[in-house]
Amino acid sequence: MPHHTVYEAKIEHLQILDEDGKLDKKLAKDTLSDDQVVYLYEQMRVCRELDEIAFKLQRSGRMGTYPQNKGQEANAVGSALAMVKGNDWLVPSYRENAALFMHGMPMHYVLQYWMGDERGSKFPEGVNITPLSVPIGTHMLHATGIAWAFKQRKEADRAAITYFGDGATSEGDFHNAMNFASVMQVPCIFYCQNNSWAISLPREQQMNSATVAQKALAYDMPTIQVDGNDIFAVYKATSDARKRAVEGGGPSFIEGVTYRLADHTTADDARRYRDQSEVDAWLEKDPLIRTRKYMESVGVWDDKKQVELETRAKRIVKEVVEAAISVSVPTSSEFFDDMYAELPEDLKVQRDTMRTSSIGRNPSQIGLTPQSAQAIEAH
Amino acid sequence: MAELTLVGAITSTLDQALARDPDVILLGEDIGINGGVFRATEGLMATHGEDRVVSTPLDESGIMGTAIGLAIAGMKPIPEIQFEGFLGPAYDQFVNHAARMRTRTRSAITVPMTVRVPVGGGIHAPELHSDSPEVIYAHSPGIKVLMPCTPYDAKGLLNAAIADPDPVIFFEPKRVYRTFKEEVPEEYYEIPIGKAKVVSEGEDLTIVTWGAPVFQCLEAIDNLPEDVSVELIDLRSIYPFDMDTVAESVCKTGRCVIVHEAPLTGGFGAEIAARVMEECFLHLEAPVQRVTGFDTIMPYYKLENEYLPEAPRILKGIVECLAY
Repeated sequence: MPHHTVYEAKIEHLQILDEDGKLDKKLAKDTLSDDQVVYLYEQMRVCRELDEIAFKLQRSGRMGTYPQNKGQEANAVGSALAMVKGNDWLVPSYRENAALFMHGMPMHYVLQYWMGDERGSKFPEGVNITPLSVPIGTHMLHATGIAWAFKQRKEADRAAITYFGDGATSEGDFHNAMNFASVMQVPCIFYCQNNSWAISLPREQQMNSATVAQKALAYDMPTIQVDGNDIFAVYKATSDARKRAVEGGGPSFIEGVTYRLADHTTADDARRYRDQSEVDAWLEKDPLIRTRKYMESVGVWDDKKQVELETRAKRIVKEVVEAAISVSVPTSSEFFDDMYAELPEDLKVQRDTMRTSSIGRNPSQIGLTPQSAQAIEAH
Repeated sequence: MAELTLVGAITSTLDQALARDPDVILLGEDIGINGGVFRATEGLMATHGEDRVVSTPLDESGIMGTAIGLAIAGMKPIPEIQFEGFLGPAYDQFVNHAARMRTRTRSAITVPMTVRVPVGGGIHAPELHSDSPEVIYAHSPGIKVLMPCTPYDAKGLLNAAIADPDPVIFFEPKRVYRTFKEEVPEEYYEIPIGKAKVVSEGEDLTIVTWGAPVFQCLEAIDNLPEDVSVELIDLRSIYPFDMDTVAESVCKTGRCVIVHEAPLTGGFGAEIAARVMEECFLHLEAPVQRVTGFDTIMPYYKLENEYLPEAPRILKGIVECLAY
C-alpha cells in the first residue's frame, strides 16, 4: 500500500439548548438540573449587570479601559460549574468574569483591576485563579505548567482550565502550550471563546481553517466545537473534558462559538469594522434570552422572579462598585514592596527616598539633611 | 571534598537539590538521557527518573512558560535554556511573566525558579552560541541575575538561587566549564546573592568584571610590572550587585577598569561606571575605563578572540588608566 490514509479526523458540533430555548432532552441527560440552570442564569445576569455598570464607570471617568463580556457569559458559567472550586485552577484571559466570580474571586476585584490597582489580582488564599491576562495567549503555558504539577505530584483529582479567544490561537504560545500539554499528557482544558472578532480582525482573516477546534487535532487532543451560548453544551463539554483529565486522559480542547456583542473594550468602536446587521443577528442568540425561555418553558421562572433577580443584581453590583471605589488609595511604596520577597538595598533606598538621582538620595553631599532637602523641595 | 570542574559542580549541586527536595524538577532540551549538550545534567535522569529530569519538546517559550506554571502550583522548576542565544523565544515568558507575577498579584502568586543558561564566547561555537545578554535581564525588574565563574562559587550561588523565592537567571560561562578543577565541599552551602568577591587585593587600580573574563583579567594582571598592584573584583551577582564592595575599592584605588564580554554601549559596565561616578566622584584619579565586547554582532568564531576582551586588550586598558 504505497499510498494510503494514515490519519482521518472530524470535528463535531454540540448544541443542546437552541436559540429559541428548546432543549434536546436526550443530549441534556446527565447535564444540568433545573436548579443549576437557574443558578447559572443568575450568575450570567449579575455579570451582565456588572458589565453594563463597568461600561458606565469608564464612560464617566471613574475607571480605565474595560473589556465587556456581554454575549459570552454562557461560556464562562457553563465551564466554571464543571470545574471544582478551590481545587482546580482557572487561568483566564479577560472575558470570563463570571467564571472567576464562581470560583471565589471577590467581584469588586475585577473593577479594582481595571481601575489600575494590582491589589485587584491579590486573590484571597484558596482562590485558585491566576491574574487576568492582558497579553494574548501567553497565559496558556502557565495552565499547562500548573496541570503538569498536578500530574507530577500525583494530585489525581485536580485539573486546570485556561480561557482564550480565537485571536490567541495565532500566537506561538498557544501552540507551545498545546504541544507541551499533549506531550506531557497533563490534566488541562483549553477553552477557546471563539467570539468571531479579535479587536477588528474577523475570524476568517485570523485563520484559514474551518474551525478553531481542528487546531487541536495536530496535538492529538480530544476536541469539540460547542454552541458557546448554550450553557448545557458548554457544561457537558467541560465536564467530559475534566473527567477525562482527572482519569489520566490528558488535555482536551473546546471551541465555544459565541459572539462579542460589545466593543472589544471601552477604547474601541466596533462600528468602524463590522455591520450592525451581524450584531443584530447575534443579539437573537444571546445566552440570557434562551436560558430564560427554557426556564419559563419548564416552569421554574417567571416575570416576578426576573424582576426580583434584576433588583438583586442591581443591589449586588451597587455594593461591588462601592467596594471597588472605597478601597484605600495605594501608596507609592506598594510598587516596590512586592518586587522581591526581600528587597535589595538599592530598591529600599529608591522606595524610601523616591529619588533616583544620587545627590537627592543622599543630600548630605551638598550639606543638607534629608529634612532640609525636603523643605527646599516643598518651597 | 571533591575536586570538580565548574560544570561538575553544577551537576553535583543539581543532583543534591533533586535528592533534597521532591518539588525540584529539571526541564530542558536534551537534558535527560543525553545529559544536556554540555553534560551539566549527566546521569541525573538515571538517578532521579525521567519525570524529574525531563527532556522537553524543542521549545524555549514552552520550557519557560510551563516552568512558570509549575512554580505557581508549588514546584521548584530549574529550566535549562541550551544556549544564551536561544533565550529570545523565552524572553517574553521570563521577563513579562515570571518576573512580574509577584508584583502583579501583590505576592499572592510567586514564581520561584532558577533558569540555567550557558553564556558567553570563547569555545568556537556556531553563531548565536556565544553572546552575553546579562544586562538585558539586569534591566528587567523582578529577576535576579547571577554569573559565577568558579566551581566553588557555582555551587554556592546555584544553591542560593534554588532556595530563592523569586526567579533567578543563572548564567554559566561555558568557556570555563572545564578549564580547571577546585575543591568543592560535599555539604550544602550557599553564597549570598548580591555579594561580590575580591579575587586579588591591590592599591593602584580596581578591575570590576564577572564570568569568564575574570581569568583574562588575572592573565593581564600577571603581565603588569611587579610594582603595580591591582584589586580584582568578581561581581558574581549582576543583579542585585555589590556596589559597596566596588565603591570601597575604587575609593581606595581611585581608578577603575570594567571588563565584560557584552557590547560596550548600555552594557552593565555602564551602570557600574555611573554608580562609581555617584559614589566615588571625589576619589577618582582617572575616567572609568571599559574594556568590553564591541558594539557589533558577535563574530563567528574565526574572529571571536578579536571581539572578546582578551588579556592584551585588558592590559592596555589598565596601563592607559594608570597613565592618566
